[in-house]
Amino acid sequence: MNETTNPTPVFQAAGVSITGLRKSYGANEVLKGIDLEVKPGEVVCLIGPSGSGKSTLLRCVNLLEQPNAGVIHVGGFEATDLDIDLDKMRQKVGMVFQQFNLFAHLTVMQNCTIAQTKVLKRPAAQAKETAQKNLDRVGLGAFGDRYPDELSGGQQQRVAIARALSMDPTLMLFDEPTSALDPETVGEVLAIMRSLAKAGMTMLVVTHEMSFAKEVADRVIFMDGGVVVEQGHAKDVIGNPQQPRTQDFLKRVLDPTHVEIAE
Amino acid sequence: MAMTPRRRARISKILQITIFVVVIVLLLLKIDWKLMNEAFFNFDKISPLFPGMITIGLKNTLFYTVISFAFGLTLGLILALMKTASFAPYRWLATGFIEFFRGIPAILVLLAFGFGIPTAFPGVVWPQPVNIMLALGLVSSAYIAETLRAGLQAVPKGQVEAARSLGMPAWRAMITIVIPQAFKIVLPPLTNEVILLTKDSSLAFILGMMASQFELTKFGRDGMISLGAGLTPLIVAGAMYLVITIPLSLVARKFESRTARANR
Repeated sequence: MNETTNPTPVFQAAGVSITGLRKSYGANEVLKGIDLEVKPGEVVCLIGPSGSGKSTLLRCVNLLEQPNAGVIHVGGFEATDLDIDLDKMRQKVGMVFQQFNLFAHLTVMQNCTIAQTKVLKRPAAQAKETAQKNLDRVGLGAFGDRYPDELSGGQQQRVAIARALSMDPTLMLFDEPTSALDPETVGEVLAIMRSLAKAGMTMLVVTHEMSFAKEVADRVIFMDGGVVVEQGHAKDVIGNPQQPRTQDFLKRVLDPTHVEIAE
Repeated sequence: MAMTPRRRARISKILQITIFVVVIVLLLLKIDWKLMNEAFFNFDKISPLFPGMITIGLKNTLFYTVISFAFGLTLGLILALMKTASFAPYRWLATGFIEFFRGIPAILVLLAFGFGIPTAFPGVVWPQPVNIMLALGLVSSAYIAETLRAGLQAVPKGQVEAARSLGMPAWRAMITIVIPQAFKIVLPPLTNEVILLTKDSSLAFILGMMASQFELTKFGRDGMISLGAGLTPLIVAGAMYLVITIPLSLVARKFESRTARANR
């Protein structure tokens, strides 16, 4: 558990361990007992049809959704323990959303510094320096004075990544980070994520980008109907799926022009 | 004989012009301008109104409005937060308060404060304007609360989620992320609220107060009784209100076009 997959990690990486996770909305059970282990520095992609519970699972990891049952460990924290300081834990868990969720009233730079100064109590100069470093990392070092609505979707998502990185997280959660993007800007966001993975960041990624999952992920988890149906090495799960549900899903995703509609 | 749309449009236009001209001509012929001027535009006799109309009336109207608004805004924000609270009794309390003060005429609240407080609390010796500002602030807070609540709820939920996921406690996310964005959204309706409040401050004229505490309407009414210039002093007071409210409308419209551009 304590060794990392990357021998010289740039990031201080944390692992995640989930056991018996259940979540329902009223009578509708979305997660039906999930067990999942992510090693420090590991990149895990969650794939599956919409409504399969993969986003809910991701949102449970930093307790944006309150699970009904189960235990979640993130780094040194037991996230599901009612007595832990959730805000403290969330400082260490970066989250990137499908809709970016950049703070619309703040500049790109302020988006990246506000939590550093208000939450981590870093001095303004240090916060700015850290933000600049991370904006440079995502290739937007010159955009600090812009407002989010002046940027393209891909640029906004890259700022969102820089914002999360500015907190020096030990784990990054990505919730369909490219699903709301114009096709031509998907690549720039995936490139950033690829470089993060290479630098040793622990990443849990909900995605529909199969080629990205196949190339970057150490492990792919296929979910359907609130359970883990199949998991394993990315190339195995995507290239040679064993379960019929996985096979059916991948056929629909990888070759959407030849899907047969059952009568 | 079917009428084409173009013919119909032409007839409609001719009708509009005819009605306009007939009304104007009738007004000019039928009105006795001498009496009219005597009643409304008797500007020769009103010089004693100045400078008091401005140094007392306008000043007090502005003062009552600004303080009432500050009070209404503070209370309104608290009510709006209560209305969006997860603890249900807070919501019930806020809803009850808002429905009550929106549902009764402002003048009743003003009367309750102006005459009720001195009777109910004989020890209370604050000047009458305090009652005016308390009453107007209370009434406006009910309207402001609804405006602010709408603004708070118009801020996308993802903004809070992003803030919380960065480790901000709920109160910090509210203060740093949600409230600044909500205020931007509600600036135009809030400016309209100030305009309404400016006009509502005229209700204070029914309360007895010292001459130095007169606001525009009371000042005008006082002049109406003493000067023998008909309603002219009230016309002047009305113009003073416009001096306040028209710039405010312009500001509101400017805010509106700016938000419209930001939401493009």
